[in-house]
Amino acid sequence: MALWFARLPTDRLSRKSQFDAPLVISHKANNALYVYALEARAQKLGLYKGQPLANARAMVQALSILPADERADARLLETIADWCDRFTPLVTLDSPDSLFLDITGAAHLFGTEAAMLKMVTEKIGSCGFAVRGAIAGTSLAAKALARFAPGTIVVCGGEAEKIAPLPITALDPDDKILRALRHAGLKTIGQAAERLHSELSERLGKSFVARLKVMLGAEEQPLQPRRPLPDLISEQRFAEPVVTQEIISASLKTLAESLCGILERQGQGVRILQAAFFRADGKLERLAIKTGEPLRDPKVMVRLLNQKLDTLADPLDPGFGFDLIRLEAVLAEETKPATISFDSDENARRQIRFLVDRLSVRFGSSRVQRFVPQDSHIPESAGVAVPAQEEDFAGGAWGLKRKPGDPPRRPLRLLEKPEEISSVLASVPDGPPSRFRWRQCLHEVTRAEGPERIAMEWWKKQGLTRDYFRVETREGQRFWLYRDGLFEQNGSPPRWYLQGLFS
Amino acid sequence: MNKTEQLAELRHSLARYALPPERAPIATGHPQADAVLGGGLRPGSLHEVFATGWSAGSFAALLAMLAAGKKTLFWVQPDYEAMEYGAFSPNGLLELGGDPRGLIQVAARNATEALSAANDVLACPHVGALLLEIEGMPKCLDLVASRRLSLTAGESGVTVFLLRNGAQAQPSAALTRWQVSSAPSPAHDDDWGNPLFDAHLIRHRAGGLGEFLMQWNPEHACFKTADIGAVVRAPAHRPAVTQIAI
Repeated sequence: MALWFARLPTDRLSRKSQFDAPLVISHKANNALYVYALEARAQKLGLYKGQPLANARAMVQALSILPADERADARLLETIADWCDRFTPLVTLDSPDSLFLDITGAAHLFGTEAAMLKMVTEKIGSCGFAVRGAIAGTSLAAKALARFAPGTIVVCGGEAEKIAPLPITALDPDDKILRALRHAGLKTIGQAAERLHSELSERLGKSFVARLKVMLGAEEQPLQPRRPLPDLISEQRFAEPVVTQEIISASLKTLAESLCGILERQGQGVRILQAAFFRADGKLERLAIKTGEPLRDPKVMVRLLNQKLDTLADPLDPGFGFDLIRLEAVLAEETKPATISFDSDENARRQIRFLVDRLSVRFGSSRVQRFVPQDSHIPESAGVAVPAQEEDFAGGAWGLKRKPGDPPRRPLRLLEKPEEISSVLASVPDGPPSRFRWRQCLHEVTRAEGPERIAMEWWKKQGLTRDYFRVETREGQRFWLYRDGLFEQNGSPPRWYLQGLFS
Repeated sequence: MNKTEQLAELRHSLARYALPPERAPIATGHPQADAVLGGGLRPGSLHEVFATGWSAGSFAALLAMLAAGKKTLFWVQPDYEAMEYGAFSPNGLLELGGDPRGLIQVAARNATEALSAANDVLACPHVGALLLEIEGMPKCLDLVASRRLSLTAGESGVTVFLLRNGAQAQPSAALTRWQVSSAPSPAHDDDWGNPLFDAHLIRHRAGGLGEFLMQWNPEHACFKTADIGAVVRAPAHRPAVTQIAI
């Protein structure tokens, strides 16, 4: 199904405010203003798209002229596409003014195809949009029909017949091709299709012929969905929009149960779960939850969803109520058939993973971390924090820096960014500091060990060689400091930094 | 025996089955401290560590490491603490004899979030131990909050260490309270640098108090008596009169 919005930019503005004079949207191209979009009223006065704005002004004095805002139009189209998600999960944007809905296998839910088309266009039309729709076997054919013969429904294979009488502009050719076609005297698509394809591709390029074939239903062009297609869906429609929290949670529970039923039959579990709340006034809210391991327990699902709902920055606003709630398994994975294990270790691991999932839902998965070793000798990048939910980060082994029996060579805490220390008193060229000031406090060094020289990665050509010292102050605090660069390296004395806190 | 009594008897015997098994105390390895604590820190309870200075907070981390053993250690740290006192470094934990693979860090945005995350973690009995870091004296950490921590810990048996940096002691439900500062390494020790703490047990609901000089032994991953000779040197920030004799 293709939906074509003939006057999206003007509809967007006139939905918000009333204009006395006919509304025209202007657009600047080649240093001149042109008519970009116009209202039905303006069209009746003889204005047309692409007309120089000065001409339009000369023809009609009273015009409301506003500049084009393509981004706002795109956002609006995106919102409408969101709204259309309630009919089928596969909605495609065809910028700037069309939508494709893949209704294969969805039409019978709304009666017949004709009934569905009528319902969709009427519902969108009642919101103040000029929309035309058509249904055909291929997307391009549907779009052409929506523009030039709205309301047409073509059964699969009948495209050629219905498309043939449409004017050649329905193919959306660029100016050059359009001129060439007109020169050749081809006015309808049917006439063009009668020509030999080799002839056409010679003259007009292969892409034109490919478009023509798709248009006539001879070839198919796959749609690119806006968002990844969910593996499984379970949804609940309400005759009356629901507002109360109790009904919403109750329906989430039934949805989770039915989804888990399907998952169980297929031997799968969900890794990414999405709940979509369609508001009666067209707004759509989505919640996504990631889990560490395939999940198939409705109770756990509901618990995670409720937790996510609780942590929303602005709570779920039902407005005038939700008329459709949908639960999607965006990513489902095979689960290994597990017998309930009496092995307490496995049970414990599962419980910990579930805890990590819950924490990740509440605080975001980037805030619940574990550490994997990195093959780097630079202290701050030797270990990297990764989301604890992700199991894919295979780390190497952690390497001990100290010899057995030695005290720790690396501090337990590293400052996020090494902090510069001042008033450093150190012997030249590579002695440890005997006194330094850090965070407004003067520290007297009583013991020091070093230097441990760590060179930066030469292939990155940045950073100076660091000479690290372990120092102990008079109070017994142990710090990890380094001298950035050597004394003789450049004219000014090197800077000193404090990077870590030993215990 | 009538029916009611019989039922009560049955209930009672059932409840005994549901009781958590008697948990062994967590020995610190420091003989005097363990003696005062009655064998070690009691698991499934709340222990507070008040740290003076920048690096004394590691005392709580080491205790948590001891308590967690081979199980997962959760470290809940608000962002501000990571900025002020440094972020956890896995290599540092390894150097101290711990295992970075068994650690999960939760970075909370503020103290309130940290507390709620801590309550979640504590509810899971399979967690080894929890280290919760809270700086200063936020309003959300009141007697109710610490009581809740302590109760949840008691139910699940997870030991929780509450590390307070830059805070004054205030009423709480903690079983033990420690005031810890780093101590200078012994004068004769050439191999200096093992964590050494001047730890004061200033509150203990179930026993006596004490002041200990505890040194961490990374090889055996436990505390030991510091080998400092006869007398501890006076820490610079305290007058020499209050020298502690061991």
